[in-house]
This record gives sequence, structure tokens and C-alpha cells, in this order.
Amino acid sequence: MDIVRVISKRSFVLGLPLLILILLATSPLYAPPYTVILLTSIFMYIIITVSWTMFSGPTGYISLASAAFFGVGIYTSAILGKALPLPLVICMGGLVSFCLALLVGALTLRLRGIYFVMFTFGLVELLLHFILWWEVNITGTTGRVVPTVSNTTVYYLMLIIFVILMLTTYLIKRSKYGLALQSVGQEEDAAAHTGVNVTMVKVMTFAVSAFFMGAAGAIMATRWTYIDPRIAFNPLISFLPVLMAIFGGMGQLYGPVIGAAIFTYLEEFLITRFPYYYMLIFGIIMVVAILYLPNGLVGVIQKLWKRISERKHADT
Amino acid sequence: MIVRILDVAIAGLMLGGIYALIAVGLSLQYGVARVLNIAHGEFIMLGAFISWSLYTIFGINPLVSLAICGPIVFIIGFILYRTLFTRLRNSSASPAAFEGNSMLASFGLLFIIQNVAILIWGADIKGYSYLAFPVNFGGAVFAANRLVTLGFAIIIGLVFYLFLARTRLGKAIRAAAQDPSAAGLMGVNINQVLALCFGFGALMAGLGGTLISMSYQIQPTMGLEYTVIALIVIVLGGLGSIPGSFIGGFLLGLVGSIVTYIQPGLSLVAYYVIFMLLLVAKPTGILGK
Amino acid sequence: MPILEGKGVTKYFGGLAAVSNLDFNVERGEALGLIGPNGAGKTTLFNLISAALVPKSGIIRLKGKNITGLKPYKICRMGVARTFQTVKVFPDMPVLDNVVLGSYFGTSTNMSSADAVVKASEILEFMGLSEVKAIPAKDLTLANQKRLEVARALATNPELLLLDEIMAGLNPAEVGQAMELVNRIREKGITIIMIEHVMKAIMNVCERIIVLHHGAKIAEGTPQEIATSKKVIEVYLGEKAHAGS
Repeated sequence: MDIVRVISKRSFVLGLPLLILILLATSPLYAPPYTVILLTSIFMYIIITVSWTMFSGPTGYISLASAAFFGVGIYTSAILGKALPLPLVICMGGLVSFCLALLVGALTLRLRGIYFVMFTFGLVELLLHFILWWEVNITGTTGRVVPTVSNTTVYYLMLIIFVILMLTTYLIKRSKYGLALQSVGQEEDAAAHTGVNVTMVKVMTFAVSAFFMGAAGAIMATRWTYIDPRIAFNPLISFLPVLMAIFGGMGQLYGPVIGAAIFTYLEEFLITRFPYYYMLIFGIIMVVAILYLPNGLVGVIQKLWKRISERKHADT
Repeated sequence: MIVRILDVAIAGLMLGGIYALIAVGLSLQYGVARVLNIAHGEFIMLGAFISWSLYTIFGINPLVSLAICGPIVFIIGFILYRTLFTRLRNSSASPAAFEGNSMLASFGLLFIIQNVAILIWGADIKGYSYLAFPVNFGGAVFAANRLVTLGFAIIIGLVFYLFLARTRLGKAIRAAAQDPSAAGLMGVNINQVLALCFGFGALMAGLGGTLISMSYQIQPTMGLEYTVIALIVIVLGGLGSIPGSFIGGFLLGLVGSIVTYIQPGLSLVAYYVIFMLLLVAKPTGILGK
Repeated sequence: MPILEGKGVTKYFGGLAAVSNLDFNVERGEALGLIGPNGAGKTTLFNLISAALVPKSGIIRLKGKNITGLKPYKICRMGVARTFQTVKVFPDMPVLDNVVLGSYFGTSTNMSSADAVVKASEILEFMGLSEVKAIPAKDLTLANQKRLEVARALATNPELLLLDEIMAGLNPAEVGQAMELVNRIREKGITIIMIEHVMKAIMNVCERIIVLHHGAKIAEGTPQEIATSKKVIEVYLGEKAHAGS
């Protein structure tokens, strides 16, 4: 009886994502172009949110630098897009963000968490104003044009990055580094005294999360074709993933994914119907989530699951 | 030469006056009430827009509207603390968790307040002209409204200092800043004091916003940049030190003025470089512990 | 060569000297007791050895190598493990994972995950925690959490183990078990330094005792010598030391 339940649970856990993946991979063939574009946006937010959670979830260090890494990816694409093939540009976008994160991490992750938050918060504005100044005073032009790529290509590229990201997150979580990361988040001093190189773990994880944000930025730049510092370094991209992760719940791998998916769809819906109210609604959801949903949707789902399985046990 | 130095120095002090006010506000909110209020700039924005409305619709002098905007924003801040943040404080597992949660909640507030402002006033840039005539100061020329801003910033700072040093409530605030639980044991109504602190922080922001609106153009999205500056100033002055934030504000203003003189457009970059250097070399700032 | 030596170790907190010009040796395989009134600098000394703090001056040598100023994780990997006065287990991780972490990151490099789990399970067995291996550490009793800290420390395969008041808050039966445990750990060849206020334990388990007061060493010797030292008795007069039988 138990074996049947275990097997069916495992095939549920493996089978459902596989099925969804196949559906997603083939969707440009049968879905309307608008859906493909929407899915691309959803993937973008999922990638940023899951990357954000990869670091900020276990360590508790709240990073507000996502827009910085994403923007760096966009600019890398703009600068290198004409000279190099797209896959290389994407890797470069990721790499430059990776290096920026190494620098920021090395500077601030050895300090108290609050300095880290402040630093990452200002980083976006810093890059925005610096590049703006550079473009006005040094290169003379504001903004850049990015070579276009078809929507389907962009979609597939985002899908690939998404899959790689999910695999990476899963593998890290299961490995000894995932354990080390958790321990650093829960009791940093004890982790250090148990042989964990705390600074290295924090900085590397931060850098890896930035890589994916940069790669996503590099891809999305090709869809927007014209970019300037205000478009590339949009503070909203730093704030929304936090909201999505908290709403979705950070305890499980799928939490940020459903948080981001729901929110992006909500944003699409609200921007078209109530363009003047969507920020307000997001803000209210954020406050409500923090007050009443400490574990996000994951917490809600887990409670429901528990209640369902308790009822099943009561019947048998 | 002297004229140029005077030019830059006084411009720096005028800028610094605003920075000092808004930094003291954030210092009250973070240093005492332990809320890293990312929405701080939104309170500044509210002060600015309320003043704008009072001036353009009712013709009320901005210096007079200081006395109106201040209390309005104070009340908003006070109520927010009493409802949202107090509940968060009670439900957070630890002080560190509260700091994190309250910061995130202030996020949500940022969204809400900004959106409400756009709904009320629209998203465009606005401005008004008040005391915009030039004044000659030892050969250097300044706009009268900016000199008045400096004057008021100093006056407000002094009044607040006296309030902290001399009044009973001020002493309670200082006690709560040092050690909330001990202060509670001494008969201080901690919840009330923390809420008042948060309210005073918002008050400072609102007053800063009014002064800003006198000299600069305003826009509902203006808040974020000021929040970043306030953050840098409170680290520069030393986290937890209110006088440090006041002095730090003027210091940063001077830096901004000097940098703008050498290379306009780079002042925020310069602030951030200073911020980075601080974090690397002396995170406790000038007067911090 | 002593496994651990310190010369002129000094640490200030503000104007106060928490540890003042301290010299000490620890011989391999011995059990050294570290006692003194509250605030004497005992935990500070542990913090200096394990590199949680950096000394203002002085040198600390582990197995002949200068370890002053190294990072805590390096010192752990060189063979020093410790427990904490306020228990610092990883609260939301299962007991087994708390210990597995030590196996992964301690003195042995590149342990496979299977080996790490096996080793961790053995240690849990040794510490009597096998039954609770899947429970989150925050749900354990205080006594078990202290055991878990020791288990985690042992998993790093240390040569030197620093135990900080592992008997605080235990009832007499539990104290007896803890003393048993310390002896069994010694049998594995591990050198032990223990901070304790429970005098019965220190006197029976340790071969040598150092007494600190206001950050300075005021006495050093066998339990017998310490128990009869006038200086030590004076210092403890009026202090709430748990007198054993």
C-alpha cells in the first residue's frame, strides 16, 4: 500500500514538471504569438526571482541589486551584440554580472546584513547615473540600439536559461554547498567554526545568482531593441522579485516560480485593465503577504496538503 | 577665487541642509524604531506635493505650509507605525527578523504611496516659483529660496536638538534609542515612543520635502533618489547617531557641491564611492559605535 | 611539543582587558580545565583560539604553527573544534544534517556524501542521538542540543576540542553522563580544554587546571593543588560555584 503511494508520489513529482516542460518547449508551434511573448516575460521574472532566492533565501541577506545585474546584462548585449554571436553575448552578459557580483560581494558580505541591503539598494542608482553621465559626456549618445532577434528565438533562449537555472538550483540545494549555504544563513558563526568558508560560500552563491540575471538581461535586450540607462536599470526589477519570492514562498524550489508566474501574469492583466492601480495592488499584496503569509503560497499549499493527508489518515 | 569657494561652500551647505533633515528622519526611523524605511523618500515626496497643492491651489506660503505638511506626514507615519509596524514587531521571531520584515513592508508602502500620489497629482513634473530672486552674498549669488531653505534646516535641527535634550519625551526617545527594554522598565511607554519616533522621522521627511519643493521641480518618482542619499548619510554619520546624521548631511552636501563644480552629473556617483570607501574602511561612520 | 601554546595573548574590549598577557600550554592528549569567576575571560580565550576574535597582541600556536589572525574555518580544518556557551545548533536543519556538515567541511577534504552520512550516523550513535536524527535541531531538549554541538564538533575530526560549559543547566544525572562522554572522547586521543563552573566535573575529569581572574592566570596545577590553593579559594569566596560532593 505504502509502496504504491511512494511510487505514485515520485512519478507525480517527476512527471508533472516534465510534461509542463514539453508543453512549454513546443508552445511556439501551436500558441498565439502574444502568449509566447507573455511566456517570455514570465520566464524573465522567474529567472530573476529564482536567482534572487538562490542567494537571499538561505542566507537571509536581502539583495536589492537584481536590477543592477540584469541591467549590466542588457548593456553587455547592447555593446557586444553587433560584434559577437548571440550565445556568446549571453554568456558574456552573465559573466560580467558574475564579476560585478564578486566585487560587490567581497566588499559587503563580510559586514552586517544591513550594510549589504543598503549597498545593493544604491548600486542600481549608481550604475544608472554613472552610465547616464558617461553617455552624455563621453560617448555623446544616449542609449543604444540592439540588433533584433525573432521572438521565438528569444523565447527558446529564455526557456533554456530557465531550465539550466532550475537544474543548478536543484543540484546546489542537494550538494554539500547547499548545506553549507543553509548553515551560513541559520548560524553563521557556528558554520565558520565547523569549517565552512563563510565568505566564499556567500560571495560565490551571490555571483552565480547574478550570472543568471545577467544572462537573462542579455537576452531580453534583443527584444527591446532600443535601450538607455533608465530602461536598463529599472529599480522595479530589484523590488518585484522580492515581492514575488515572498508571495510565492521561499522554502521550496517551486515557491519563487509560482510567485513570479502569478505576479507577471497579474502585472500583464493589471497594466492593460487598471494601468494606474497596479503598483498600489502590488504594494498591498506585499504588505498583506508579510503580515499574514510568512511562508508565502508554499506555506499555504503545505498547510492544505497536510490537512488533506490528515483527513485521508483519519478515514483509514 | 574667494567668490568661487564661497559659491561652492554655500551651495554645499544649502544642499546639505536638506540632506541633514532627511537623514535625521531616517536615523530616527532606523536607529530608534528599527525600521529601515525604504519608503522614506515617498514621505519626502508627499511633503513636497502637499506644499505644491497648498501653494498653487490656496496660495499658501510654503514656509507656512511647513506647519501644515509636517503634522500631516507625522500623523501618517505615526498611524502606520501603530498599525503595521507594531503588528510586525509582535509577530517577528527576533529583532533581526523584524528589521528584515519591516524593511520589506516599507517596500510595499513605497509602491502604495507612490501610486496614490500618481492618482492624486498625476505623473508629470511639477514646480512652483517662490522667493526665486537672487541674493548677493559677499560677491557670490544665490537664489533666496535656497538660502531660506538652509536657514530653516538649521532652525529645525536646533529645535529638534533642544527637544531631544531638554524635554521629557526627548529623553524618553534617547533612552529608547540606547536600550528599548531598559527604557520600558523605567516606565517609558515603549510602543508609544517608538511610534512617535517613526512619526518624527516622517515629519522630518515631510519638512524636507516642503523645502525641496521651494527650490526644485518635483515628481512622484522623486523619492527613491533621496532615500539612497539619506541611507548614505546615516552610514556616513554613524548608524544610530542622530547628531551624526545631521553633520553627515552637511558633509555630503559639501561633497556634492564640490563634485558638481568639477563634473556636473556625477554627484550621486561620488556619494556612492564615498559609501563604498566607508563600508570598506570605517563602517561605523563618523560618530557611530 | 605542546599541541597548543599561547604567549602574551591580550584582548581588550573598549578600555577593559578581557584577557591580559596570558601564557598557556596544552599538552597533546590531556584534559585541561579552565575555570574562573564570571567575566574572567574564559570564553574570550576560547574565542581567541578559535579565531572568533583577533587578539590585540600575543601569539597562538597550534602544533607549532602560528594561527593568530587566521580565519575560523581554517583553524577548524587544522583540527580545532568547539562548542559554544549559548548553544548554536542549526535550528531548522535536521540533527543528522547538523553533523553531516561537520563531516563535509572538517579536517577531511573531499568526503563523498555517502561516507559523510555514514560517519555522521556513527557519531550520532556515539553521542546517543540516533533516535532524533531526523528532527529539526530547534526541537531538541537543551541537553540534547548541547550533545548535538559536541557531535557536530566531533564530525570535523578534530585533534583539539574546546568545550564551553557543556554542563550548564544539566541535572546531576546528566552531569554524570557528560563526564562519561568527555572521558570517552579522550579515549579517541582527542585533546580537550573545558570551561566549566560545575566543579565536580572539572576536578574529576581534568588532569590540569588553569584559573583565570580578570583576564590573567592566577593559578595553574593539578585539581588537588587548585582545590587547596588559597588564592583560588579567595577568588571564589562569594561566587556561586556549583560545589560538587
